[in-house]
Amino acid sequence: MRQYIVKALLQFIPVMFLITLIVFSLMHVTGDPVSLMLSDTATDEDREILTKALGLDQPMHIQYLKFMGNLLQGDFGTSFRYNQPALPIVLERLPASFELAIAAMLVATVISIPLGIWSATKRNSILDVFVTGGAVLGKAMPSFWLGIMLILLFAVKWKTLPVSGHGSFKHLILPAITLGTGIAAEMTRLIRSSLLEILGQDYIRTARSKGLMEMLVIYKHAFRNSLIPVVTIMALQTSVLIGGTLITETIFSWPGMGQLIIQAVNTRDMAIVQAAVFVIALLVIISNLLADLLYRFLDPRIKYN
Amino acid sequence: MSASLETPAASVPMQQTNRRAGKLRRGVRSLLKSKTGTLGLLIIVAITFMAVFAGQLAPQDPAKQNVAQRLKPPMWLEGGKPDFPLGTDNLGRDILSRIIYGSQVSLLVGICSVIIAGLIGVFLGLVSGYFGGWIDMVIMRIVDAFLAIPNILFTLVILSVLGPGLVTLILVLGITNWTNYARIVRGEVLSIKERDFVRAARSVGARDARIIFTHILPNVVSSFIVISTLSVATTIILEASLSFLGLGIQPPTVSWGGMLSDGRDYVATSWWIATFPGLAITLTVLGIIFLGDWLRDVLDPRMKQNGK
Repeated sequence: MRQYIVKALLQFIPVMFLITLIVFSLMHVTGDPVSLMLSDTATDEDREILTKALGLDQPMHIQYLKFMGNLLQGDFGTSFRYNQPALPIVLERLPASFELAIAAMLVATVISIPLGIWSATKRNSILDVFVTGGAVLGKAMPSFWLGIMLILLFAVKWKTLPVSGHGSFKHLILPAITLGTGIAAEMTRLIRSSLLEILGQDYIRTARSKGLMEMLVIYKHAFRNSLIPVVTIMALQTSVLIGGTLITETIFSWPGMGQLIIQAVNTRDMAIVQAAVFVIALLVIISNLLADLLYRFLDPRIKYN
Repeated sequence: MSASLETPAASVPMQQTNRRAGKLRRGVRSLLKSKTGTLGLLIIVAITFMAVFAGQLAPQDPAKQNVAQRLKPPMWLEGGKPDFPLGTDNLGRDILSRIIYGSQVSLLVGICSVIIAGLIGVFLGLVSGYFGGWIDMVIMRIVDAFLAIPNILFTLVILSVLGPGLVTLILVLGITNWTNYARIVRGEVLSIKERDFVRAARSVGARDARIIFTHILPNVVSSFIVISTLSVATTIILEASLSFLGLGIQPPTVSWGGMLSDGRDYVATSWWIATFPGLAITLTVLGIIFLGDWLRDVLDPRMKQNGK
């Protein structure tokens, strides 16, 4: 176990290194940071001063080493919009995004567990057809469209929920449904297929043959085991979840990291973008590692090699 | 086989055409048996037809602004006009015509970028799985690094640096979406390369490149088709999201994501502007998913879902 964790952590270092390389080349090779930062009215003299100040007149590998050196000290550059170091600004926005992500996962869980179990136990019934059809529809709908349609119905037409903002439980409902629907669709499909596979196993037949109530067979024997792949695959969806917050937070003016990133991209505040990409990559890698450990913990049949 | 030995010149090509025709017939029969597969195919054919013949089908010029006709509701509502079946937007442009033209961008971006992603991903997957060792390790770590950055964020950042545009968008979506191919193809190559026909080829002295491209590649084609179909669906949504955020397709080119972004500001008064393009995206993606699921069941029984 310990050996496995050490090995996983060792793999983490080259991946983070590659991410610094990707981000560095995105910022420095593909574009010209100076013209991204300056307005159109800047003179050649301004350009020269900024180029020197940013160290862009130095060779590429020196620039990269400097960039790495700064990163290792937690310096992701200064946001020119806020005139402050970028990393604290990004971290400040994290709690709101977490709040939204957790609410979305709750929505997804509440929808998908009963629907997944129902459709697996009543396979090929009308209910099953509706649930599997609904799951495909949930996957096919773009989340930003769903968000706008929810606003149209609940905020404009029925005037029951606020259009945007943050603070109360009511503000959380529409964004959480918008972000959670796609995940609910994926989870329903997974629970259904995982449960169907388990219902065909020998130990289920044994449980049934000893006269156990069907309810008990499904909940105590089958459902718990069917959750093993579901939990781990869902943990691997962190990247999708975070990607979804970009859109959802923009639609509902939710003051999280996603909204910050979109604003930073639009105002070309590259220090913020850089810091946010690192924070997100780190979150995704850690959650993938945890997913892997969780899988091994839940299913003792898996070996640590 | 014995027939072809007797008269090789005449019967081999005929047998081949027969076999091909039989395969095709079986494919069509199994497609018709799958209701969702048939539905998916019909949707995709209809949307492709719409994209190809947009100029003939669209009742109006999609870019023509008409201030006198702005924000007209669909024709079945009070105040609607038969000239604008699905209503008009804030600049008086016909929504139906814009949806018809918008299909061109969605399909073009979806298909072209998936081809680019597929070429990169399949190549890296083949190399990674076949050679193993440090090459495999490096490629898989690159895959991990790409996977750690959410797709939409990745493309957003590149587009903000390079500036938006149709060709840029296709290229960017292509070079950020190859990881799925690389992982799945690598997994398949790991098992294929241990099979007897690969060992046989190696033992007669075939070079690595020849083994990879003539012996292994044909065996990963079906996975390639399955991943590609489903990738087109996710790419269409991604393109629409980027256009919605203002960094994808730029006006005057019509895109469904861009239309939704226009409609968002008018959702309180004119619901139709945002509703119909979203329906178009959903229907297209639904069709592709149905077709892709059917293709997976037919081409790759191992990937078959339970309960189907």
